[in-house]
Amino acid sequence: MEREVMSFDVVIVGAGVTGLAAACRLKQLAQEHGQEITVCVIEKGSEVGAHILSGAVMDPKALNELFPDWEQRGAPLHTPASEDQIVWLRDAKQHIQIPNWMAPKTMHNQGNYLISLGNLCRWLAEQAEALGVEIFPGFPAAEIVYHDNGAVRGILTGDMGVDKDGQPKSGYIPGMILEGKFTLFAEGSRGHLGKQLMEKFALNAGKDPQHYAIGIKELWDIPAEQHQPGLVIHGSGWPLTDDSNGGFFLYHTDNQQVAVGLIVDLNYRHPGLSPFDEFQRMKHHPVLSQYLKGGKRVCYGARAITKGGFNSLPKMTFPGGLLLGCDAGTLNFSRIKGSHTAMKSGLLAAEAVLDAILNDEVEATTFTDRFQQSWLYEELFSSRHFGPAIHKFGAFWGGAFNTLDQNLFGGNLPIQLRDQTHDHQQLKTSAECQPKVYPKADGLLSFDKLSSVYLSNTNHEEDQPCHLRLLDPELPYQVNIPLYQEPAQRYCPAGVYEVIEEDGQPKLQINGQNCLHCKTCDIKDMGQNIQWCPPEGGGGPNYPNM
Amino acid sequence: MKALVAVKRVIDYNVKVRVKADQSDVDLSNTKMSINPFCEIAVEEAVRLKEAGVINEIVVVSIGDKSCQEQIRAALALGGDRGIQVECATAPSALDVARILANIQQQEQADLLLLGKQAIDSDNNQTGQMLAALLNCPQATCASAVKIEGNQALVTREVDGGLLTVSMPLPAVITTDLRLNEPRFAALPKIMQAKRKPLAVQNLAELGITLTDDVKLLAVNAPAERQGGSKVASVDELIDKLRNEAKVI
Repeated sequence: MEREVMSFDVVIVGAGVTGLAAACRLKQLAQEHGQEITVCVIEKGSEVGAHILSGAVMDPKALNELFPDWEQRGAPLHTPASEDQIVWLRDAKQHIQIPNWMAPKTMHNQGNYLISLGNLCRWLAEQAEALGVEIFPGFPAAEIVYHDNGAVRGILTGDMGVDKDGQPKSGYIPGMILEGKFTLFAEGSRGHLGKQLMEKFALNAGKDPQHYAIGIKELWDIPAEQHQPGLVIHGSGWPLTDDSNGGFFLYHTDNQQVAVGLIVDLNYRHPGLSPFDEFQRMKHHPVLSQYLKGGKRVCYGARAITKGGFNSLPKMTFPGGLLLGCDAGTLNFSRIKGSHTAMKSGLLAAEAVLDAILNDEVEATTFTDRFQQSWLYEELFSSRHFGPAIHKFGAFWGGAFNTLDQNLFGGNLPIQLRDQTHDHQQLKTSAECQPKVYPKADGLLSFDKLSSVYLSNTNHEEDQPCHLRLLDPELPYQVNIPLYQEPAQRYCPAGVYEVIEEDGQPKLQINGQNCLHCKTCDIKDMGQNIQWCPPEGGGGPNYPNM
Repeated sequence: MKALVAVKRVIDYNVKVRVKADQSDVDLSNTKMSINPFCEIAVEEAVRLKEAGVINEIVVVSIGDKSCQEQIRAALALGGDRGIQVECATAPSALDVARILANIQQQEQADLLLLGKQAIDSDNNQTGQMLAALLNCPQATCASAVKIEGNQALVTREVDGGLLTVSMPLPAVITTDLRLNEPRFAALPKIMQAKRKPLAVQNLAELGITLTDDVKLLAVNAPAERQGGSKVASVDELIDKLRNEAKVI
């Protein structure tokens, strides 16, 4: 099919902090060099910020570099972190507060801000548009388009108006090609195009497998007397036990709200584990319920986190483009922070791309040097043991190791810790495990999945092809259901996967409309059989203030 | 022939509406806002009439602060030719909206005034009717089909048990119902072009309008939480509960 083409100097996929920071920086640099550079950003969410979900406590380091006057410009960083608490939940009732000197230095948050990353993106988009960037929300990048010589030419946007059988409906608009001298991929964790680039250009050759976690988050309005703006609580332990790692966060943001969430490493082994239900019961622990009780939950969402860090970080450049931010894996898990590092990768990319455009090069090769000389590299390098230590020793002893490594050795303990097993290879079979039983939701602190998904404002046009595709539609019946009781039912935080009975036989039903675009299924499925593909533009959650 | 289409910026229909803690209004902070779906249908109808060669200019007007320019641009991307934003910091009542639109119509002298039948936020279904009254022109509300023949508009409306078709001379007000059409997707190049289409900003003082504020919003309350259901053991128990607990039989 002949596709319409629009040309820009730089095409950016994803209006998150990475893509928007890169877009702004490109325009700033072009102005400094007296150059005219056209930049377009496409975003699959219905608006900028609609698909953004993060804790978030942000280190403003990269933002300071991009807009030193962000405060005058009205950036939504309103609540400085005022107090850090780190707790270990011993069981459903008890906890130990870890003194600050015993916590890894990377966990200290002085100088950081409690923000909504979605709102920061909304603000960054305004800055970018004022600088002349074209932003198109509601348009996913469906495919990568290559030149004959193998370099990336750009992307193809998704078709609009296709029915569930793949046939065009009235109002059908075919996707078009957006081409650029450079295409920056900033899709966030486990981008479906990033995954293809990794394979096409062997970007992860010689690197450890990438590791992921799922983060589930809720936003609560709480009574004024329980609210302490700036209070940051992190913790680990109960209810995650034996063979799963993770931790929770509870941030007292502005507007009398708290953001509360649980992060569960996706290398967990028990096929009956349900991150959603662990999170729901965790909120009953007094450490959390003391703030949440009497409050009202106002938003819910979930997103995968790329957390392999330095050891898993792929090569980020290739002919015609770059892979950036969480799409590559720049998050610093030792600080549970990825926004500042993702932004920094965008800033470095903008510099390297401008260089390459001015010198008429097809690959932004100066990126690697710029990266290695930056604080971003330094930060990721010194935290390289953190994730593997927790995978190897568990959250408690791994955490103790990290305190030693970070506080006494500055991340330079002379040992090698690696984690070579893919997250999807970790599950034991159901027969090897005791079934897990979760308490029923009380409707006050804990809730069921569907009423939670309701609060994500997610929506997909019903009459369209299912955007969660099985490479082998028989595999669930041969492996997932008989051996693991289909764990997708439990790790999906949105109830997309359901095993129902049809004519006495189990049937895997995929409720694509509920999808939160968290990508957990694409990561954790044992056979790597589930392919997350972008649905029609504008589909997915509509997160406010997340 | 010229069409004037009014569009309202409302909370997106996918967003679950949340009442502010002080019940003063609905919480709109950082929520997705869109063109009111009925207004979008009005824009689409105007564009189809233009494509059919019936009208040659589509003017899109919205009332609100600067943020409603986003909705005007969206309407221009669908096929509108130029936009007018009437700067207004507060949410005017239906009558005030009609007065403002009547004033714009005095300037524009459009032949066809296309409006959504109601906005999904306030659900008034009043503005089109008030506008026709102020302009002293005919009106056809809740249109499910529109045909222009010469100087006449033929408008079909869905009524109980069938269809009612009315005919009226132009200029006239038509308000749109859900099944009039299905709005198109805006294509990327059209979105880019829309950024360069003319958009004039007018303020109330220029138009000589003082808001009457004839409707006051007293409070917004969330609906009562749904009570959980329960299982019954037998038909008898069900009947007993329906009779004595729910008191519906």
